[in-house]
Amino acid sequence: MFETLILMLDATMRVSTPLILAALAGLYSERAGIVDIGLEGKILGSAFAAAAGAAVFGSAWIGLCFGILASVSLAMIHGFACITHRGDHIVSGVAINTIVAGLTVTLSMHWFGMGGQTPALSGDARFLDITFPFADALQDVPVIGAIYSNLLSGHNILVYLAFAMVPVTYWVIYKTRFGLRLRAVGENPHAVDTAGISVSFIRYRALIICGILCGLAGAYLSTAHNAGFLKDMSAGKGYMALAALIFGKWRPVPVLLACLLFGFLDAVAVRMQGVEIPGIGQVPVQAIEVLPYVLTVLLLAGFIGKAIGPKAIGRPYVKERA
Amino acid sequence: MSQAKVPAWVNIALIPILNILLAFLVSGLVILAIGENPIEAAGYLIYGALGYNEGIGYTLYYATNLIFTGLAVSVAFKGGLFNIGGEGQAYIGGLGVGLICLSLDHTMPFYVIAPLAVIGAAVFGAAWGYIPAYLQARRGSHIVITTIMFNFIASSLMVYLIVNWLKEDGRMAPNSRTFEENAWLPYLHELFSPLGIDIGDSPLNLAFIWALLCCVFVWGLIWHTRWGYQLRTLGTNPTAARYAGIDTAKVTIWAMLISGGLAGFVGLNEIMGVNHNLLLNFTAGYGFAGIAVALMGRNHPIGIILAAILFGALYQGGAELAFEIPTITPEIVVVIQGLVILFSGALEHMFKDRIEGFFIRRAVA
Repeated sequence: MFETLILMLDATMRVSTPLILAALAGLYSERAGIVDIGLEGKILGSAFAAAAGAAVFGSAWIGLCFGILASVSLAMIHGFACITHRGDHIVSGVAINTIVAGLTVTLSMHWFGMGGQTPALSGDARFLDITFPFADALQDVPVIGAIYSNLLSGHNILVYLAFAMVPVTYWVIYKTRFGLRLRAVGENPHAVDTAGISVSFIRYRALIICGILCGLAGAYLSTAHNAGFLKDMSAGKGYMALAALIFGKWRPVPVLLACLLFGFLDAVAVRMQGVEIPGIGQVPVQAIEVLPYVLTVLLLAGFIGKAIGPKAIGRPYVKERA
Repeated sequence: MSQAKVPAWVNIALIPILNILLAFLVSGLVILAIGENPIEAAGYLIYGALGYNEGIGYTLYYATNLIFTGLAVSVAFKGGLFNIGGEGQAYIGGLGVGLICLSLDHTMPFYVIAPLAVIGAAVFGAAWGYIPAYLQARRGSHIVITTIMFNFIASSLMVYLIVNWLKEDGRMAPNSRTFEENAWLPYLHELFSPLGIDIGDSPLNLAFIWALLCCVFVWGLIWHTRWGYQLRTLGTNPTAARYAGIDTAKVTIWAMLISGGLAGFVGLNEIMGVNHNLLLNFTAGYGFAGIAVALMGRNHPIGIILAAILFGALYQGGAELAFEIPTITPEIVVVIQGLVILFSGALEHMFKDRIEGFFIRRAVA
């Protein structure tokens, strides 16, 4: 039982990682007042760029740079449409998702000609698992050994980075001048403008951070979790991250917990396939898969708590005419 | 800034055409970047979509789905609502059609099944739009997020239902049994051939005519009824609508019911018209493509028909193009679609403000 739990928690960490990175990305963007439906597209774009870069240059780190570059570029298109041209945030996000879904397949066909995939990555082209010091020695110690050696040790660097980003985000958002301004821009951009700070510049910077984090999430998918890019490999993770962001009420620590919950549900769904539960019978996998979305809808409907987003979210900022 | 001084053709024709040209230009650059000739590609695309009868039939068949989802998006848009859940509503609408066909095809004739299937598609699609609408109108949850969530819920629900309940016994493929022929919508080429008119074999079926009727219905509903006026008021200025005594919650809910029902009709075309069984993922992104169609078509039924035919031609021509030039995938059409959404949706102000300014200045001078 305990071992099963450790195995499931281990799976939870792996599945949650891209969700955490993407949800934190969304947090920076939405806290600054920019709705980001385009998380999905940025993850997919980065996954492709990272896998392509890693395949060509044989280095996961170079791949990661390409992934981040692709993702930040997409974030800048979003910014250009939403901030500079005061376009609809949701339309812009849908546009980015659609363009990326088509472009990744088109380009990978052209470059690699493998039916929309990239070549399988191995060795240095992937982020490999890190074993903690003494992990092997502690393997047999009861409880602690299982937690330290099997659960905490043995993930790749991006997993640890994702978890580390949570306190970092908390510090940036709540303890720095930039974070204060970022939150203010999302709540009351007029006040920020009156104080002589550029609303657009803050929002662009928030989107750059958003792009970097989505870039990490995408690179994790194609160069760490899997060994290469597959068509549509983000498979709704961006939308699930968005759900986690709302479920965590736009705050870093609750967002982390929401991501872990959704990741855990995924691990449970895999585990429960074909398992009979006494008294209930077989629980359909789909029923568990769908829980994150159902829970988010229930939360939004105010049945379990209340999700109130940043006040100025989705509204373009227009300086008053002189 | 007075809108009245800008000639009507600028907003109706010039700006949309400029946006689509820009989208084509960028797509041309993508094709150039992968080392092919964009002019040659465009030639194959146009010939594949419009050069011969069968191609035209396929183009109109794709356009049928896009008219339904385009109308669905635009009805919600008119009320200021962004229905991003067309995909899920179409999926569940198809379930309604499939259930009617599966339960009645052994006992009932076509003229009983067809109207019931229309009702089934509308009711199931509308029901899937109702819950997000209710939550938006009565409990203040944001419709964009809930409709996205409902797309995923619909997808899981359909997998569960088809794999566990509706799958044909003893077969591995996740789809239902094929309906009896009396539950098939007749193909238009079959209807035309007794008249001596040959329009080429294609999946184009009666659902296309129904799509055109829906356009007329939406046009009448939005511009020629009291409810349509209320909807447009809500979309233009919700505060004014409330002050005018319009029950905004009720209008919101009805707008989403109609929107969901229209999206559900995709099931008629796909399930009853072409596939003749209930299968997974038949919606294939039409719900999202409807957003591009509605934006291109300026939320007007005539514009939507034109935009749907344009996108239908891209789908059909894109398939043909991929056949002629194997290095180009059909996904290039998805890129064009995304660019259209970007330029005519998200970046609409980029040209509009300048062009309008130009005409206003000229009118003043």
